[in-house]
Amino acid sequence: MRYAMVIDTLKCVGCSDCVVACQTENNVPIGYCRDWITETVDGSYPKVDIELKSERCNHCNNAPCVRCCPTGASHIVEGGIVLVTADECIGCGACIESCPYDARYQHPDGYVDKCTFCHHRIEKGELPACVSVCPTKCMCFGDLDDPNSQVSNLLKERKYKVLAPEAGTSPNIYYLIK
Amino acid sequence: MTTSRRTFIKISALGLGGVAASTSVLKVFGANTFMGDFVQKKTAKRLKRTATYCEVCFWKCAEWAYSNDNGEIIKLIGNDIDPHCNGRLCPRGTGGVGMLNDEDRLKTPLIRTTVNGEQTYREATWQEALDLIASKMKTVKEKYGAESFALFKHGSPGSHLEHLFKAYGSDTIAEPAYAQCRGPRETGFALTFGAWIGSPEPTDIRDTKCLVLIGSHIGENMHNSQVQEMSDAIDNGATIITVDPRLSTAASKSKHWLAIKPGTDIALLLAWMNVIINENLYNKDYIEKYTFGFDKLKEHVKEFTPEWAYGITTIKPEEIRKTARIMANAAPAVIVHPGRHVVWYGDDSQRERAIAILNGLLGSWGKRGGFYLNESVSLPKFPHPDYPKPKWGWEALGRKYPYAEMGITSELIKASIPNKENEFPIKAWIVAGTNLINTVPQREEIIKAIDSLEFIAVIDTMPMEITGYADVILPECTYLERYDGIRSATFREPSIALRQPIVQPKYNSKPAWWISKELGMRLNLQDYYNYNDYEEVIKWQLEKLGTSLEEMIQVGVKKFDRQTPLYIADGDEYKFDTPSGKIEFYSDDLASKGFDPMPIYKLHPEPPQGYFRLNYGRSPMHTFSRTINNPYLNALKSENKLWVNPKIANIIGIKNEQEVWLENQDGILSTFSIKVRVTERIGWDSVYMYHGFGHNDKKLSRAYGKGISDTQMISNVAVDPLMGGTGLRGNFVKILTEDPHKN
Repeated sequence: MRYAMVIDTLKCVGCSDCVVACQTENNVPIGYCRDWITETVDGSYPKVDIELKSERCNHCNNAPCVRCCPTGASHIVEGGIVLVTADECIGCGACIESCPYDARYQHPDGYVDKCTFCHHRIEKGELPACVSVCPTKCMCFGDLDDPNSQVSNLLKERKYKVLAPEAGTSPNIYYLIK
Repeated sequence: MTTSRRTFIKISALGLGGVAASTSVLKVFGANTFMGDFVQKKTAKRLKRTATYCEVCFWKCAEWAYSNDNGEIIKLIGNDIDPHCNGRLCPRGTGGVGMLNDEDRLKTPLIRTTVNGEQTYREATWQEALDLIASKMKTVKEKYGAESFALFKHGSPGSHLEHLFKAYGSDTIAEPAYAQCRGPRETGFALTFGAWIGSPEPTDIRDTKCLVLIGSHIGENMHNSQVQEMSDAIDNGATIITVDPRLSTAASKSKHWLAIKPGTDIALLLAWMNVIINENLYNKDYIEKYTFGFDKLKEHVKEFTPEWAYGITTIKPEEIRKTARIMANAAPAVIVHPGRHVVWYGDDSQRERAIAILNGLLGSWGKRGGFYLNESVSLPKFPHPDYPKPKWGWEALGRKYPYAEMGITSELIKASIPNKENEFPIKAWIVAGTNLINTVPQREEIIKAIDSLEFIAVIDTMPMEITGYADVILPECTYLERYDGIRSATFREPSIALRQPIVQPKYNSKPAWWISKELGMRLNLQDYYNYNDYEEVIKWQLEKLGTSLEEMIQVGVKKFDRQTPLYIADGDEYKFDTPSGKIEFYSDDLASKGFDPMPIYKLHPEPPQGYFRLNYGRSPMHTFSRTINNPYLNALKSENKLWVNPKIANIIGIKNEQEVWLENQDGILSTFSIKVRVTERIGWDSVYMYHGFGHNDKKLSRAYGKGISDTQMISNVAVDPLMGGTGLRGNFVKILTEDPHKN
């Protein structure tokens, strides 16, 4: 089991619904977020293009945040999901520094917080909140170890990229591109 | 290691689970651990879902509100069976709970008073506030007639007040949604197809092969099902063609982005017609059977070649030809989208006519992948006596505009400024659910009108600029705290949706139906309010529709079978509701009233040296000016920015994130500053900003002073001679790097 998210940049409109859905689902304090939107502009007017995408923790196979955590609060569970045990987190911030995706933040209650792939929802067979609300259905979530899953098929059929491949983290968020 | 950790935490969580309920559940809820998950799961089981529909914008998606044991709303999730959202809300809908929990809300009725020579508000009881409004309504009726009391409205609260006004004897009613937004497209399409576009638009985007957007920025406007269907169309391999001087989000999804020179769209539309007719790409059977005036149109567009349009639009002739052929190839599964906010240059009804005619040439009206024929359930009217007939009203005020079919806000505002020649003077206003100051252009005129009024009351959930001018402010509760009318939607399938209170009204706020009824009772209009509670009205209507409140509480949305076909089958007889009974390429009616019977291109004013055209549009996270203070949505976008092309930024000497001020062609200075966004997404002759920012009411703690209000900078209005729409895109601004208010 290897959970992954495949996000189609050709469909994302950057509306940030995923951000609000995550906040209300996971009670993320206002002003903080576990996922966010980026916009990249390429070219010059009028030969110009943009890429919009929803970003979050990449739940890396080779996760620097887990390696550098001094207490073991950052850990990997079944399906490759990287989680933080708030009780064991001392808020040192080493993981925040180590993450090439800037996916973690200091929760005002003193621990480090980030995307869980909505672990509590997928355990019940539901999709992560961000995936379930997206009006453009640009996000897919599933098991890459299953060759017939939608995520596996999309990666077979479409051109894709991952973020910061040079960091060697082996991330599990894939972006479908032109 | 992974397994053991999990086991360990589960055990400890079990130990804590019982405690959590009596301590801070919320804190653990957010703790993002297995312990947190455990509590969350337990909590999740206890979440109760209640059906309602959204009012953060006019799309009105049906949704489920999930609330916890304390009755607090935790989240809002779209109703799966609702065609407006298909179970997926937009960010504003998802963040709708921020509207409920906004601590800056209007909390109790307020009455304007003078203390030590200074005007201020004092808190009042509902009794006092309603008595005062009712007494003013009586006085105005006695002195001038009920017609002199005007209503400006928007959305669900507006319809409750509309009932009050009509019962009271006034239909001096207008909403910015008409003359400041979509009015011209209704006129243009009604003149051509005999039908309004209406809302939601009957565009069959899901099944289209080609979607053409003329300045319409789907994806930045989060008109939910339209955005969803555009995404479906992308999946289905549809070609999107976007005409926009700015690289909008939709333009970035398009195979063809035509970066047109602003104000020249009609020239492009005429050239497209020219190509389609000259190259015989039109649907001959369809045109023969259903249209009127084709030969005249053919003659009319003969001279409007792509070469002619090139010099006007800056779109290359081959690009015009290529896109015209793509549309024709896709026909009839092609949509030249009418857009929604279409008040641009004053000839907007004619531009919409051109869009409609182009759709007629392509034979897309009534066709799969084009425009479907919408159908809705007609809601039975709860019995009440006939409304009295007013001596004058919105129609008399809009008489200069023969095609106006709704009240024109700007005409009502003009009639509120004393003038001896004014036969129809307006003396008092109620403003319900619309922030006129940030919605209607020519702010000085509005302020002048307000200054002359004998009385103004405002009903809203939030303190807005307009509330600051009120004599009485009534705090309405939010959509999550009230009943409202049943939503009957026009769509592929007719459906109805229920709104009901999820939580008790916070503070001392009240629903608009109650405000309307209480005022009605004070005006002896009890016969129009033959119920104690609005629930009775809904129950009665639902029973007439063959369902019940109990059923609607369970399902939230109910679909009905269509009574008429969704599409016009090939060769079917179909009578259009136009004078000729056909799709009118040529309009005798327009000609008889002295207007162009077929659209022509007219040159619009250009920005003078040193000025840039001010363009504006929607941010996907906000609805107009009304959501800027919503804590969730404000966290996503708290201020607007001024989009400037890098070359221009270089010439003026401004940098990204630099604070600048604006001055428009009439010398109007922006109250606040705006940060610059240097971007290649915009051309050299215009600047762009998101609409709705730059609030100047300090009571909006998050929104106050953030960015510039585009509406403030719009003092020049090009009025549509057909229907009175106020063209807003002819305003030019100069960028100031020093604070003009410093001295």
